[in-house]
Amino acid sequence: MTVRKNQATLTAEEKRAFTNALLELKRTGRYDHFVTTHNGFIMSDTDSGDRVGHRSPSFLPWHRRFLLDFEAALQSVDKSVSLPYWDWTADRTARSSLWAADFLGGTGRARDGQVMDGPFAYATGKWEITVRVDGRPYLRRALGEGVAQLPTRAEVDAVLAMPVYDMAPWNSSSGGFRNNLEGWRGANLHNRVHVWVGGQMGTGVSPNDPVFWMHHAFVDKLWSDWQAKHPNSPYLPAAGTPNVVDLRDTMRPWNDVTPADMLDHRTFYSFDTEPASAARQR
Amino acid sequence: MNKITRRQALGTTAGALTVLGIAGATAHAAATDSRAAATTPAGTVDEVYMGRRIQISPASGGGHHGGHHGGAGMPSVRIDGRELHVMQNADGTWISVVNHYETYADPTSLARAAVRELQGSQLAPMQMGGM
Repeated sequence: MTVRKNQATLTAEEKRAFTNALLELKRTGRYDHFVTTHNGFIMSDTDSGDRVGHRSPSFLPWHRRFLLDFEAALQSVDKSVSLPYWDWTADRTARSSLWAADFLGGTGRARDGQVMDGPFAYATGKWEITVRVDGRPYLRRALGEGVAQLPTRAEVDAVLAMPVYDMAPWNSSSGGFRNNLEGWRGANLHNRVHVWVGGQMGTGVSPNDPVFWMHHAFVDKLWSDWQAKHPNSPYLPAAGTPNVVDLRDTMRPWNDVTPADMLDHRTFYSFDTEPASAARQR
Repeated sequence: MNKITRRQALGTTAGALTVLGIAGATAHAAATDSRAAATTPAGTVDEVYMGRRIQISPASGGGHHGGHHGGAGMPSVRIDGRELHVMQNADGTWISVVNHYETYADPTSLARAAVRELQGSQLAPMQMGGM
């Protein structure tokens, strides 16, 4: 059973195994397939039309499945690897060990935003950005420039206290837990972290930056934390809602998985904050 | 035959007026067709910002307008001739594929933000993904 760990607790060996598996997926082209898929949904998910991956109730189950696929790809390279999560309420500066040269590398240089250190620096020749929105082939970051502060624990707790999963009109203007977590309303949690990192993370091709997976692994953990606080609050909407994915509707691009299938993360993995017995046998 | 219907013209009025307010000094009023003249000047922007040419054309009819990937009713936004994928949020704000996770009040400020982010780079041809 996979255990997802806080990135701050990883050993040097675990960090190396994770980044090596990322580089191997990149080398074989499998990594870029995930970037392409994400951007396709970014561009087609609209507030007034069909929406699956973003700005809609299925934001959380869609990304849970997307991360499961990615984690399975990593594990096909190295079965010891799991997706670490980045608790950005705790590790909230560019000086965090997350951004050290032995892990993800740091912020970009002033001139062009290019990340110059770590395994994903362009000069290594192993991390060319090929699925891109502009001509630049190198990973870029601008930590803390697009917005100064990452969300705080108090802001997260306020969102976790919201008792209703999602509300009509089920888009970026909705009230409720999902949209406040996604960040189109309220304190702005998930979206703000993308902007704080900057570079590709602020664009539709955000998975080009490996921190995408660690950010979304934490967003995914916040969903499970919310479920634990509100055991009687169901996924919404239940049925019959135009343009969005109801509880038992299938989600593109898989077409054989529903939000209902994704509700219990313990079917697939546990978090390091949970007792080992919480994890179900696969 | 990209005629703008009355309904579509009304649908773009609010956004178009916002653009005019921001960039009125550079908005073109060059339409000669009397039908188009009623709406085109207000939604059209042609300016140079930080050395980059920003061209915005209001949404046109028929669903075959330049911003084809943005869905019906989206304006065409170009930077140095390359199309920027844009989208309007339910609250009237705007995002683009370059600035996807933060919102802007109108297409002009959205396009300017993209210019700043691009740092001289050209937009890549738009591609729709999915698998």
